[in-house]
Amino acid sequence: MFDPKGFFWFFGVIAMVSALLCITRRSPIASALWLVVTLFSIAALFVLLDAQFIAVLQVLVYAGAIMVLFLFVIMLLNLGRPGPSDIKGPLGLGVAVLLGAAMLFLLKPLGSATLPTAIQLPAGSVAALQQQRGIVGSVANPLFDAYLIPFEIASVLLLAAIVGAVVLAKRKL
Amino acid sequence: MTFFLVSSFIKMFVVFNLIMVGVAMLTLLERRVCAWMQDRLGPNRVGPQGILQPAADGLKNILKEETSPAMADKTLFTLAPLVSFVPALVTFGVIPFASPLPTRWGVVPMVVADLPVGFLYILAISSLGVYGIVLAGWASNNKYALLGGLRASAQMISYEIAMGMSTVAVLLLAGNVTLSQVIAQQQHGLWFVLPLTLGFVIFFVSALAETNRLPFDLPEAEAELIAGYHTEYSSMKFSMFYIAEYSNMVTASALMATLFFGGWDIPFTHWDDTGDPTVLKTLLTLAAFSLKTFAFLFTYIWVRWTLPRFRYDQLMALGWKVLLPLALSYITILATAIWFIRVQIGWLYGPGMALILLGVNVVLLVALVWWLDRGRIVSGIAEEPA
Repeated sequence: MFDPKGFFWFFGVIAMVSALLCITRRSPIASALWLVVTLFSIAALFVLLDAQFIAVLQVLVYAGAIMVLFLFVIMLLNLGRPGPSDIKGPLGLGVAVLLGAAMLFLLKPLGSATLPTAIQLPAGSVAALQQQRGIVGSVANPLFDAYLIPFEIASVLLLAAIVGAVVLAKRKL
Repeated sequence: MTFFLVSSFIKMFVVFNLIMVGVAMLTLLERRVCAWMQDRLGPNRVGPQGILQPAADGLKNILKEETSPAMADKTLFTLAPLVSFVPALVTFGVIPFASPLPTRWGVVPMVVADLPVGFLYILAISSLGVYGIVLAGWASNNKYALLGGLRASAQMISYEIAMGMSTVAVLLLAGNVTLSQVIAQQQHGLWFVLPLTLGFVIFFVSALAETNRLPFDLPEAEAELIAGYHTEYSSMKFSMFYIAEYSNMVTASALMATLFFGGWDIPFTHWDDTGDPTVLKTLLTLAAFSLKTFAFLFTYIWVRWTLPRFRYDQLMALGWKVLLPLALSYITILATAIWFIRVQIGWLYGPGMALILLGVNVVLLVALVWWLDRGRIVSGIAEEPA
């Protein structure tokens, strides 16, 4: 039998390394592409969590659509050539390393923490649900049933954002 | 476990090679059909009827000098053909291509990986294919190539939406995104092309645009952009773009056969999908699937040598102002109809439901054609004063 932990470390390391490369590359195109790699390996981590639907959406929406638009804009504005580094001098670097270390330190208690029982799912319940309703159904049912109102409110928010973008882009309608 | 691994590996190997050989034959078929339609002979010198022409082409491409533009981004320039090549090949992995094959060690389902997210996986991976084209256009550091890449990204994102929307109707009827379930549903009732005719039309048009084939091959557009995104590519790298385009065609054709034409189902008989699996069933269903896929591939080629290229604004207008609203309203109408039949009348999917939906589709199609035509082509020209 495969050990899923091996896959977790494999994709986890790729995600971390490519995320680091994303913020340190000077060429915007390279940064965008490393971000795609990050998103892809996070999708793989979702698969390891039995959340194939979320994984596919991650690739479809983020890697397949949003990042393509990012690249489109970068190329259209011809920003693709390497510019100056964002990291300003040794002082900035020192502060960044310090803050990063502090954040990692804050994550340390998570290693010994356990989930409260109220939000824990019984073992095997996710698999049973997916067996019963299909992999998409187990996400869709709560989304369009119990959480219908929040879902619709989110869609109104998105609509407002779209209208705003059109108004900003086209001063004369 | 070992059985699963070994059988998966064999399936991957066989499918990969079949697609590569199929793609090679497809390039020959394209040229022969083109020649046939233009009343000339086409390549018929290498081997009987030119059957070895793809091998000669491949050899030529490997031996040719590889040029690399001086100001190009070397890494991305090399990476781009790969990025467009790999998604084109791995998408085929979830399409079932025959009925299960019985072996001495157990029954092998004839699909590389029957993922629970099936068809969404195809949408997701094929949406990555655009990176290859965009990067090729940008890394070449050539204005024409860049324009081709920009066009490709805009075009493929626009038509991806219409494509995804048109398949929602399939999911409404099938009730599942697993492609084997979609096929099973069609075997018990009628093929989805009947109850979802308009959905199929939208899917077909979007698939033409997604694979960058004429009349939507704007990213290449040799009349205006030299060769678009692969202007600077030569030898095997150019060949890889070519292979990617053709394997995308194969996948799109197989997907159309699966979603709308019953996949490996043999029509008018239940012999192939009931009872124990046999080798004969596997072979015959494989033949049925290949035949359907081939029919769509031929249609692709046929369309290419028949229609002229769209203008870029026409392409965008068709995608955003026609296909997307059409697909959205189609889902609404169809969902209402399916709800009515399923909940009010209480029928499950079967011939009765399919025929009612076919009626709905015919009405919609007639209205659509009438609106698209607006008295110009079908009825008008003869009556207009000269």
